[in-house]
Amino acid sequence: MDISNYLYLSALLFTIGAVGVVVRRNAIVVFMCIELMLNAANLAFVTFSRINGNLDGQVASFFTMVVAACEVVVGLAIIVTIYRSRRSASVDDASLLKR
Amino acid sequence: MTTSSNLVYLIALPLVSSALLILLGRKADKWGHLLATLVSATAFGIGVMEFLAMHTRTGAARAATQHLFSWISVGSFNVDASLLLDQLSICFVLLITGVGTLIHIYSIAYMSHDRDRRRFFAYLNLFIAAMLLLVLGDSYLNLYVGWEGVGLASYLLIGFWNQKPTYATAAKKAFVANRVGDVGLSLAIMIAFAQFGTVTFEGVKAGVPHASGAAITAIGAMLLLAAAGKSAQFPLQSWLGDAMAGPTPVSALIHAATMVTAGVYLITRSNYIFDASSTARLLVVIVGGITLIFGALIGTAKDDIKKALAASTMSQIGYMILASGLGPVGYAIAIMHLLTHGFFKAGMFLGAGSVMHGMDDEVNMRRFGGIGKLMPITFATFGLGYLAIIGVPPFAGFYSKDKIIEIAFNAGGTKGWILGGATLLGAAITAFYMTRLVVMTFTGSKRWDEKAHPHESPILMWLPMAVLAIGSVASGFFFNSGNSLVNWLAPVLNSRGVEGGAELMKPIVVSGLALAAVVIGVGIALTKYRSNVPIEAPEDVTIFTKLARKDLLQDSFNEAVLMRPGQKLTAGLVKTDTNVIDGLVRLVGAIFIGSATALRRIQNGYVRSYALIMVLGALALIAMIWVVTL
Repeated sequence: MDISNYLYLSALLFTIGAVGVVVRRNAIVVFMCIELMLNAANLAFVTFSRINGNLDGQVASFFTMVVAACEVVVGLAIIVTIYRSRRSASVDDASLLKR
Repeated sequence: MTTSSNLVYLIALPLVSSALLILLGRKADKWGHLLATLVSATAFGIGVMEFLAMHTRTGAARAATQHLFSWISVGSFNVDASLLLDQLSICFVLLITGVGTLIHIYSIAYMSHDRDRRRFFAYLNLFIAAMLLLVLGDSYLNLYVGWEGVGLASYLLIGFWNQKPTYATAAKKAFVANRVGDVGLSLAIMIAFAQFGTVTFEGVKAGVPHASGAAITAIGAMLLLAAAGKSAQFPLQSWLGDAMAGPTPVSALIHAATMVTAGVYLITRSNYIFDASSTARLLVVIVGGITLIFGALIGTAKDDIKKALAASTMSQIGYMILASGLGPVGYAIAIMHLLTHGFFKAGMFLGAGSVMHGMDDEVNMRRFGGIGKLMPITFATFGLGYLAIIGVPPFAGFYSKDKIIEIAFNAGGTKGWILGGATLLGAAITAFYMTRLVVMTFTGSKRWDEKAHPHESPILMWLPMAVLAIGSVASGFFFNSGNSLVNWLAPVLNSRGVEGGAELMKPIVVSGLALAAVVIGVGIALTKYRSNVPIEAPEDVTIFTKLARKDLLQDSFNEAVLMRPGQKLTAGLVKTDTNVIDGLVRLVGAIFIGSATALRRIQNGYVRSYALIMVLGALALIAMIWVVTL
């Protein structure tokens, strides 16, 4: 199987994630789309690691995973707090920073 | 050169007294005038002592100097604050302190009802100090300090009753007109420094033979501008009439006897410059000639006694300026006329003040008439001054003015005829307007209100007038006997008497002509004004009288030529400032506000739009990298 197919898949997943972040309103879905983009990047790292025959990319993917884990903790905490105070998980409702 | 350690007291005493009177305020009200008068008299005493000491010395040792301190020392440029008392300065020192003291005494009585008498005396002392510095400075820069000082004192004293807006305006007018002249003096000093590297009289005198003719002429012209400003000469003459807003003793001291003659001092002191440039001399005689006729014509139409005397002062200083423009023969004559004029004009101003004192400050001569009988001493002293100014022998003006007419005729060629004719015409007009003034004020029928009670002034007032009257009678004969003043001033002014061989007119002929002119002037005035003087100024007068009443349109000219274009210029500049300069600043602000308003729309607070911008940014970045590496 052609190894570049992994890259196409990675690009596809990233695009789905990016479009999801832009068009969806639900904070949980937006959050999951971000995770999707991170994992698409991870897939690309691993694929390039395979193509180049060294482990740099795999190491980078571990870093990404650690950061993603931390981000999930903080992000979900924020979403839950916002939901508690506003009874809504829509990202458009939390648009008060502009003022 | 002799050194003297007393000169500084001449200036320091009045200066300290002036500062004391101002700083102590109302505490000094009781004795302020006495201190000021005492200080002025002390200065006169020092002057007399110095004069006697100078008499015992001979030759070059007559001039005395005193080095005070090193004032400016920058590289090769050194200015010392030094005083120089030579044969020329001593004349002025005696005039300033002598007449000054008399006027201090007079003012004690004249200003006795004014609650600000102490402040008045403080300013008078300030004036004495500044004027003495002016004539004692040994360099143009030292002179300049005194020059500005007398300008300040003149401003303060003209506007002494500044609760009247017109008086305050008059003070401002005098100050501004003087400022134009002061620019001339500062330019002259700068050119002198650029040319000679020094600004002392001695240094400039030594440098004149090596300097370019154009530079000398430029210095001469600038000095003339300075003199025109301070001495109310054409074209800066308009302030003197309004300066009569000041109390009458001020008019006598500053605007008749001393300050306004500073221009003559400047020109005679700079004789080496005018000797070296015939163009500058020509400018000087032109200015003097125009002013002497100009002032005399104004004097013929004025009904305000002080303004008539002011016009006369302008005209008489025109004579002095004209004489000093005639070169070595003229300098000493100019100083002689300056000194005699100092006596008779100060005396007449004090006389006018005495009349005003008795007439409740009325100045309109049409409301006087017949005062002579009620104020005999004032009439007598004024009359002696009157005989002196019109040049009746053997009074003072006869000697000094006839000499000026004589040297004007003897200037040679067409110039001599024009100048001689002008001075002769001036003498006739002088006789006319002075006779008119005396006849309207002191003789004829009384025309004043029933409320006025003319009475003779107290002794403190008539005594100074009497002393000045003696000066008006005797000073001319004294200065002229054996050419004493000309010989006395000769070492400083390089002056010489009129040479016999080149004379166009003998003195006796000139005297005859001048007397004839005086008789004509007096005769016309007597027939016209001896009786039937209307209380209101007649309206159906010739165009010439109308012009003269309006000061020959000097103010209208200044307004039309200088003030209105000046106002338009400033208005234009203000408009340029608000529209162009401020416009640019406002445009920059508007650009930033506008672009910020537009950009603010991006910050809508929606996470998705921020995310979209990030995505688009990342895509743009990738596209750029792709394009670059392609």
